[in-house]
Amino acid sequence: MSAFLTVNNLSASLHGYDQRVLRSVSFSIDTGEVLGLVGESGAGKSMIGKAILGILPSAIDIVEGEILLDGQDLEKMKPADRRRLIGATAALIPQDPLTALNPSRRIEPQITNRLVDILGWTKANARVRALELLNEVHIDNPERVMASYPHELSGGMRQRVLIASAFAANPKLVVADEPTTALDVTVQKQILRLIRELQARHSTAMVFVTHDLGVVSKVCQRLSVLYGGKIVENSSVAEFFDGPKHAYSRALLAATPKYTDPEASLLPVDEAVIEAAAAEVLAADREWRHGG
Amino acid sequence: MKLLRAILVRLMTMSVTLIGAAVVVFFVIRVVPGNPIAMMLPPGATEEDIARLTALYGLDKSIIEQFWIWLTGVVQGDFGTSISLRQPVMPLVLGRLPATLELAIFALVIAVVIGGALALTGVRHRETGTETAVDVANGVGLSIPDFLWALILIVLFGVLMPVFHISGRISPSLDLPFVTQFYVFESIARLRFDLWWDLLKHMFMPALALAIPLAAIISQLLKQSLKETMHLDYVTLARTKGYGENHVILSEALPNAVLPTLTLIGVQFTFLIGGTVIIERLFSYEGLGNMAIDAVINRDLPLIQGIVIVFALLFTIINLVVDMMYALLNPRLRHA
Ligand SMILES: Nc1ncnc2c1ncn2[C@@H]1O[C@H](COP(=O)(O)OP(=O)(O)OP(=O)(O)O)[C@@H](O)[C@H]1O
Ligand SMILES: [Mg+2]
Repeated sequence: MSAFLTVNNLSASLHGYDQRVLRSVSFSIDTGEVLGLVGESGAGKSMIGKAILGILPSAIDIVEGEILLDGQDLEKMKPADRRRLIGATAALIPQDPLTALNPSRRIEPQITNRLVDILGWTKANARVRALELLNEVHIDNPERVMASYPHELSGGMRQRVLIASAFAANPKLVVADEPTTALDVTVQKQILRLIRELQARHSTAMVFVTHDLGVVSKVCQRLSVLYGGKIVENSSVAEFFDGPKHAYSRALLAATPKYTDPEASLLPVDEAVIEAAAAEVLAADREWRHGG
Repeated sequence: MKLLRAILVRLMTMSVTLIGAAVVVFFVIRVVPGNPIAMMLPPGATEEDIARLTALYGLDKSIIEQFWIWLTGVVQGDFGTSISLRQPVMPLVLGRLPATLELAIFALVIAVVIGGALALTGVRHRETGTETAVDVANGVGLSIPDFLWALILIVLFGVLMPVFHISGRISPSLDLPFVTQFYVFESIARLRFDLWWDLLKHMFMPALALAIPLAAIISQLLKQSLKETMHLDYVTLARTKGYGENHVILSEALPNAVLPTLTLIGVQFTFLIGGTVIIERLFSYEGLGNMAIDAVINRDLPLIQGIVIVFALLFTIINLVVDMMYALLNPRLRHA
């Protein structure tokens, strides 16, 4: 079966600089599969998600590689066509539900606007679909929520609304960028369960960005470990938790809190491992410059 | 009940503002030198003539007494009699107010259109030469005050390329069917577009002179808040849905970015109305501002007081309207 999303040898750099923020990143995701992207802060996890969804900051250029969405090379498409393809087949579940809803608009159009404006549904049909989705994300009084403004809803409610909005057009691919970090712990679990539930029901391919290896073990089938914009390890979840291939991955796993041994999990990542990983990234860069 | 309280508080602050303005203007114009009676009489008038007239206008009494007499009149709607024009103050002032209001509103419309268009263009083409050009235009608009713009416009469109009228409100040769002083509005209502066009050709330059600095302020602030808004998560999220730049700017960013600009426009509009005083003078436009200058030159105390009160009332009303619009446009306040 061919992958719904394929990222091939993708490199991106800050406009006007030689320094890359993504270093020859490759991976692919099949329909119904969840890929975890893990790595420390600044590793480039969000950058990959943004590249896939066509929302890279203007200061970041893609310098090589390709992103194939549903078999189509995004970089080769006209911007308007690319936007349409992404809008019709992919969706984002953002990190912070407090800032991801437009404060001056009611909830209903924020769920239905993609359906109406981009996909050409009638308002009535879109409304029916929105109500259906709010039910799916277990919102009790969807009519009232649709008529509300974002500030009238709690953080957890807003994230439910955003998840409903993401799944509204039956996307083939969902990018979830740390979708629970801005929520409090009790709500986090519910939202995580909800995302898994909808992903499974709709057999959506999903890129799941997180710091939390515990979450990866529950949500993902495969994971990619990023360091300095480079994927240092691609593994299935089972393989990874059996024993990571890369030294940096091992250090990352060792630094993850465990119930069984809370003391050990507080140990910092070994300096030598970090240095080795950094050296590896730099070596890859040298090779890349000579090659290209 | 919250609403009722808010309205009450509002009315009280408005009254305090008005009373404050009344007190200040009343005493200040009596402290500055200059005798209105002396200005009225021909040279060589006798002491008795002067004394008689002074008593007639009540100017022989103590300032406190004068204030009391004036205030009791005002409460009954009587603002006294103009010394220089020898007519009741209020009809005079209200007769001129519409001309000034029309000029100010026209200027405001021009400022919002130009300022809004510049801001949107600058954001649409941000970080390019176009944005730099908008910044330069804003800088120029801001650094030249309205009365200098008036002179520049007079030279450009009154002298070098005489397309607009430089003096008056309407051509004196025209037959006027108007029953109100709102000539522009009435000409539209009567479908007399010939008159409307003549009015516009008179109003255009003074209105533009008043509008340019305000347009620059609007453009600058709106562009800044639009740019900040464009980085917010909900705008990015809209992009992932398939929306292009234009839609994202107009439908997602603008409704939120416009709020601070709205407040600013309210404040700046009162300054603009203040600016009509000198601009109306420069263009011999028969509005309240022009009358105010005559009143000051003639030391026409009752007329000055009447004009100031009307201006103060206008300012408080503008503030009220702006606050109401802000609450209306901002859902977070609508239910508060
Ligand atoms: N707008 C931008 N302009 C320039 N560089 C940026 C910009 N945004 C991010 N970067 C850089 O790109 C790199 C990757 O950032 P990214 O946001 O993808 O990290 P992340 O892995 O998502 O981290 P976090 O876990 O903190 O979200 C970082 O080194 C960051 O400094
Ligand atoms: Mg991130």
